[in-house]
Amino acid sequence: MYFVVAGGGQVGFHLSKALLEAGHEVMLIEADRRRAQYIQEQLGSVVINATADEGRYQIEAGCQRADALIAVTGDDPKNLVICQLAKFQCHVPRVIARVNNPKNEIVFKALGIDETISSTRVLMGVIEQELPTGGFLPLMPLTGSHLELIEAEIAKDTPSAGRAVGKLGLPAGSLIGGLVRAGKIEHVDEDTVLQVGDRIIVFAPTVTESEVKKALFG
Amino acid sequence: MNVVIVGCGRVGAFLAGLLDSGGQKVTIVDLERVAFAHLPQTFNGTTILGDGSDLDVLRQSGIESADAFLALTEGDNRNLMAAQVAKEIFGVKQVMAKVNDPIRARIYRDHGIMTFSRTTILGTLLHAMLTGNKEIGPKLMALANSYEDEMAGMDLAER
Repeated sequence: MYFVVAGGGQVGFHLSKALLEAGHEVMLIEADRRRAQYIQEQLGSVVINATADEGRYQIEAGCQRADALIAVTGDDPKNLVICQLAKFQCHVPRVIARVNNPKNEIVFKALGIDETISSTRVLMGVIEQELPTGGFLPLMPLTGSHLELIEAEIAKDTPSAGRAVGKLGLPAGSLIGGLVRAGKIEHVDEDTVLQVGDRIIVFAPTVTESEVKKALFG
Repeated sequence: MNVVIVGCGRVGAFLAGLLDSGGQKVTIVDLERVAFAHLPQTFNGTTILGDGSDLDVLRQSGIESADAFLALTEGDNRNLMAAQVAKEIFGVKQVMAKVNDPIRARIYRDHGIMTFSRTTILGTLLHAMLTGNKEIGPKLMALANSYEDEMAGMDLAER
């Protein structure tokens, strides 16, 4: 596949390197001349020295035939505009933006950029996943929908422990897709009673995330 | 009319002063406290220190009841993001963004954001004056000059 990476900082550089090693074609756009030169020495002729928030340089980088563009500069407004221009002008089928301020995830979604990566959120996810007791963890948004995937662990003091799935009062449009009990995945229906130690995977509209949490954890 | 302006540079502060003296309710946002020094001393509106594309800062600025929103910072991208947030998330009716790159200004205008570019506006005006265009130049310059007279007058009166 052909990827255009906007921004050659640590993230952009290592991402491009990994994509190249995986056999993909990459073009990296970096505004700083010396940084661009360094990347060229390291990775070869896969970098253009230009500002990625200008349409003509996106075209120069071959965005019209790119399978995806990933904007990973340290500046959120810039990443937003880079992604929007790629969509508007070059009709890149998939655009992904790095968000530095986690609050901007919602903003980017509202403005048509569905796929965002927030390093803060990723780190929080890692930390929360290691929490010893019952946890509620939004895993990822589902591309091209307003749905997301949530993992929840039922602990001893979780209000939903011992209750049937049909009686939890989960918001409309949400669904428990599966349950991991004693290391095995099990089918869930309305009558399934949640037990301490269960881990469940929930599909839910992003806007109902807090309602899902309330239904499970009170 | 409630107006929220992001960016208290020369243009933002000038417009804020103009609207304020015309009796409009103006709130102006900037990242730097020193930027508010651009405002006229008579300014009666509200100043808010913060990032004008941040949802909480915008809520604090009263954007939810704003009739108009203008993004006038030095950054095209910041202006475009703030303007889209105002329009799409807060539903402000009249939204304008300064986008100095003419191409970017054009693309976003096609996507429903009212953009204007200092590059083309100032360039067009200068060109009109140089080529003796009798319509564009004189009207705008007369009005602008009258504002400058007022500002200079006030400045002298203060001393």
